[in-house]
Amino acid sequence: MSKTLYDKLWDEHHITTYNSGESLLYIDRQYLHEVTSPQAFEGLTKKGLVPWRLNANIATPDHNVPTERGSDFNMESIEDEISKIQVVELDKNCNKFGIKQFDITSINQGIVHVIGPELGYTLPGMTIVCGDSHTSTHGAFGCLAMGIGTSEVEHVLATQSLKVSKLKNMQVVFNGTSSKGVTSKDIVLYLIGQIGTAGGNGHAIEFSGSYIEDISMEARMTICNMAIEGGAKVGLVAPDITTIDYVRKHSELSSEILDLAEQHWVSLKSDPNATFDKKIEIDVSKIKPQVTWGTSPEMVIDFDAIIPNPDSSPQDNRKNIELAKNYMGIEPDQKLTDLKFDRVFIGSCTNSRIEDLREAAIAVDGKKISINIIEAIVVPGSGLVKQQAESEGLDKIFEDAGFIWRDPGCSMCLGMNPDQLKPHERCASTSNRNFEGRQGNLGRTHLMSPVMAALTAIHGTVSNPS
Amino acid sequence: MKIQGNELQIKGIVAHIDRDNIDTDQIIPTEYLKSIKKFGFEDYLFDGWRYLDGGRLGMSKNDRKINSDFILNNSPFDTAAILLTRDNFGCGSSREHAVWALRDFGIKVVIASSFGDIFYNNCFKNKVLPIVLSKGDIDKIFKISEKEVIELSVSLDAKKIVFSDTIEFKFEVENNLLERIIYGLDDVDMTLKDKQIIIDFEQNRMLEKPWIYAND
Ligand code: SF4
Repeated sequence: MSKTLYDKLWDEHHITTYNSGESLLYIDRQYLHEVTSPQAFEGLTKKGLVPWRLNANIATPDHNVPTERGSDFNMESIEDEISKIQVVELDKNCNKFGIKQFDITSINQGIVHVIGPELGYTLPGMTIVCGDSHTSTHGAFGCLAMGIGTSEVEHVLATQSLKVSKLKNMQVVFNGTSSKGVTSKDIVLYLIGQIGTAGGNGHAIEFSGSYIEDISMEARMTICNMAIEGGAKVGLVAPDITTIDYVRKHSELSSEILDLAEQHWVSLKSDPNATFDKKIEIDVSKIKPQVTWGTSPEMVIDFDAIIPNPDSSPQDNRKNIELAKNYMGIEPDQKLTDLKFDRVFIGSCTNSRIEDLREAAIAVDGKKISINIIEAIVVPGSGLVKQQAESEGLDKIFEDAGFIWRDPGCSMCLGMNPDQLKPHERCASTSNRNFEGRQGNLGRTHLMSPVMAALTAIHGTVSNPS
Repeated sequence: MKIQGNELQIKGIVAHIDRDNIDTDQIIPTEYLKSIKKFGFEDYLFDGWRYLDGGRLGMSKNDRKINSDFILNNSPFDTAAILLTRDNFGCGSSREHAVWALRDFGIKVVIASSFGDIFYNNCFKNKVLPIVLSKGDIDKIFKISEKEVIELSVSLDAKKIVFSDTIEFKFEVENNLLERIIYGLDDVDMTLKDKQIIIDFEQNRMLEKPWIYAND
């Protein structure tokens, strides 16, 4: 029988199916961070258990860490006492159980979903979990990767397995070449606008088509990262030569073992006749830069379009639109390009990799940020991204333009550290969620690509990239 | 399904929030994820809507500016055990804290036309029952609930919601998930009973896919 890539990954990791219909799946890798792990470690300790396979786990603090650290900084320097407790707790738990951690002083510290691939811990064909919904990012490598809750983090620590029901298969085919100034962020935002934030519920989405084949691993990660914003906890791209080149560059495994692995990795693709429960095709050549206007990632339009009017929208959506416009402080008939921005955030596990920073740097090179912008920050996804960017002089380009160059972490993606919006501030953000209060109580978030965010910093408004 | 005691019935007042796509950031904002405990989140449920000021972990609700327009701040909804809402409830972040906050507040059942996948799963680990009803049925309950305070009774074994003697709504939920609600089963203990199958699987995998274990 023909199988999809998801079916193959499922079969390869399937341990057993219980009478209840639920299956037990073997987990190859678990990433841990400070926010969703403390209660899992506590549970493990209470049961008198230890991690099943220590080296399956990799930990780093990312959500709470301040991004203005400087060289002498260590976890004791965190000023917010409550944030400090979580970072210290992660450190204690990792020491106690012997789990490998890249702590706040390590050059390898960063957002879990950025460091996993870059340090070679994410390998094609793996099952990967983390107490974080953006674990879907690792699907870019042909991994069955998904976010889980804290109870499940404990389960994976204790049993190296996860109890799950099989998802349905959905295929999204992106064909064509994108226009100048249109990035993978625009493509995935456009998709979410089409299918809605519940469009992928219950499904694993495999992304394919000529557009996907042509783009880099970084761009594929951006797309898989946001699969969850389309409701799919799993996003996938079949491994190909681009994947294998990336892995060879980042992995420390010997070439013999990589050769052996490669023979398996090339088989990880959907069979030609495999059937999908849902399928959509999108011609990317027609897509313009996308910017969200509301409080859900599906509230997204072309950057130069008029923001939807509740009165002319379908009845069942009117209330959602009204509530969102109200929260976002948008007047009737306003366009996105009419809105004045206060802050700019370039970062997050969606768009803080070296490629993102290069694109943004090109857009601001030799220019100055608008006087209306209170603050524009660039937060690299990891210590290694930061180092690479600095070696290319990107930090100088940003600083000359008036941006602030920070240390790695989740930062203003969710504002658990001091990087937060003040009430009613409007922010151009390269992150993935524009939910109410996501970047700070009553803050207003507009999601967009790094290029668009960089240009918004320069002009103070959303503008045409070309 | 056989069970003793009365846990097969959940009765309670219904609080309704008429919105689609209520994400877990709304159910519990990021600030309160700084807790390293599994309990004590009741005062922070729907924090952004329940209060007019921004809060911090550890702050008591008595020191906050209450938004008296928000349903859960008003009697008798402050004692609601059932939450009625619309589409895609619990989308977004995987934070189990969202379920902990509902549970700690006293919500035992959430009724929606669909749920975010990860949230749905997390509910069953914490004895909160997510019930999916059709949009039409949800509409019907909303219509009544917006006019008067209603109490629903949820029968776990019969998989139905009963309102007065005449109105009933059937729902589907997998039996194994329902058992977790009824018995409060712990998955780790259950899985480890069959430990050997994992050991066997893993030994085989080490031979077949050695690169996964090359760093061990
Ligand atoms: S960058 Fe944002 S979305 Fe990504 S892991 Fe951190 S908080 Fe979550």
